[in-house]
Amino acid sequence: MLSPTAAEETILEPETNSEAIPTDLEEAVDQPDRIIPAIEFQNVFLSFDDKVILDGLSFTVRRGETKIILGRSGGGKSTIIRLILGLLKPDDGQILIDGEDITDYNEEEMMRVRKKIGMIFQEGALFDSLSVYDNVAYRLHEQGVEEEEVEREVRRMLQFVDLEDAIDKMPDELSGGMRRRVGIARALVGDPQIVMFDEPTAGLDPPTARTICELAIKLRDLQDVSSIFVTHEMKNLEYLCSEYAIVDENGNVVFEEEGNRLCIINTEIMMLREGNIIFSGKEEELFANEDVYIKRFITGK
Amino acid sequence: MNLFKNFLFELQEITVLVFRAFTSLFSRPRYIRETIKQMDIIGVGSLPIVLLTGFFTGGVLILQTYPTLQYYGAQAEAGRAVATSLIRELGPVLSALMVSGRIGSAISAELGSMVVSQQIDAMRSLGTNPSRKLVAPRLIALIFMLPFLTVAADIFGLMGGGVVASTVYGQDYSQFISSVRNGISIQDIIGGVIKPLFFGLIIGSISCYKGLNTTGGTVGVGRSTTSAVVLASIVVIIVDFFLSKALQTILDIKPI
Repeated sequence: MLSPTAAEETILEPETNSEAIPTDLEEAVDQPDRIIPAIEFQNVFLSFDDKVILDGLSFTVRRGETKIILGRSGGGKSTIIRLILGLLKPDDGQILIDGEDITDYNEEEMMRVRKKIGMIFQEGALFDSLSVYDNVAYRLHEQGVEEEEVEREVRRMLQFVDLEDAIDKMPDELSGGMRRRVGIARALVGDPQIVMFDEPTAGLDPPTARTICELAIKLRDLQDVSSIFVTHEMKNLEYLCSEYAIVDENGNVVFEEEGNRLCIINTEIMMLREGNIIFSGKEEELFANEDVYIKRFITGK
Repeated sequence: MNLFKNFLFELQEITVLVFRAFTSLFSRPRYIRETIKQMDIIGVGSLPIVLLTGFFTGGVLILQTYPTLQYYGAQAEAGRAVATSLIRELGPVLSALMVSGRIGSAISAELGSMVVSQQIDAMRSLGTNPSRKLVAPRLIALIFMLPFLTVAADIFGLMGGGVVASTVYGQDYSQFISSVRNGISIQDIIGGVIKPLFFGLIIGSISCYKGLNTTGGTVGVGRSTTSAVVLASIVVIIVDFFLSKALQTILDIKPI
């Protein structure tokens, strides 16, 4: 996966590549797991006491797709992530991961499902008592992997987030942005095919926030990861919806903006309000939307 | 009525937590290294305060009872009085209270701040069961170490009593020791070691439960720490009464 997926190019350039569409479809049929959505919510209800958090929510996250979830604080965004991880159970409805209904799974069964998912928490949620190395290696240590392999994997992951120097530091020696990058490295050990970001840029300076978004773009375009990106910062949305990562001739990752030739279709936005989806679609559609609430959310006034 | 419902609910949740922690011991992974580390923190770490508490409690017991016994001409039995009350009651209860203050608060603060900073969620999302990794080692360490701490406190208490008897009241050491020996029976010692097993379970389960159920940020950590220590101490004292009664019956301990 070196370009923003073959499907996009074929859709945008049908005249030069007209045979590509059936081929792609055949490929898709050959790989049935590409058709099954990575995450699927079917009519999910959840309420705490009398307060309705999710009111019959249905959506899907396709393979290789990034779903940006927007919404005010306390609007059920983080709840969706907790439901996917099975940290919470819905009152009604089904949640499917890779086509597998996890709704009634117990803790032991969930442990197996969670291995497929990488989770990035708001503040990183690093284990204070463990060094950066041990934090990133946590999952491997738990699985009893040999130390040599653990070290190789930890170094590879820290390289990915560009933090190799911090390998022996303790979490309290790190800055907010570094903590989050370590959190990302930890979540990506074992190459999960589903990654969830819970407000990963909250409280970070713009360049650091940009770095986090670049990591998310790299995962999406170069590693075919399906992800959920919870945020309420419009800048993140702009990066994720208008830029893509490719590897140039020298093997470096470069970020290019979508233009006349390409349009990113593997990133969708979903906006929540009081447990309901009030918008779902592309960035351009969001900005063109006339709804007062949405307009106010985008501009802040 | 609500209060009663809350009580039943908490009791149920604590029971479930303890049940999960113990059943996790029967399957892999087991966190033996973590358990040993907790034993070091809980057992060796608490030793100084427990020894000091024991020593001065034994001392003060002699200080207060010796004149009364002397009045009745029974000062030779002073050691007996200290031994009985220390080994049956004060040793186990005071050690448990000291440990609940030192360890109960530490456990609930540690787990509470892990909840608040989402580390527990992170742990679960990385595929580790917190009741296996965090609760079980602490419970085991407490249940295992508290009897040892109690015995150490008993011994130091008797030493404290002996020192005060000889230095303050000029009693002969050998008289004190032989009176201690006459005072304690094997049932007393067994009872005094059985009690801390229960106290360890109480302190561990309450502080783990309170810690893991922390809500409301850093203020919440303080709240759950306080309530863990208070609740554990009260429950220890209440349970001690019923446990004493039960042990009296089961072990057939003579009142004197």
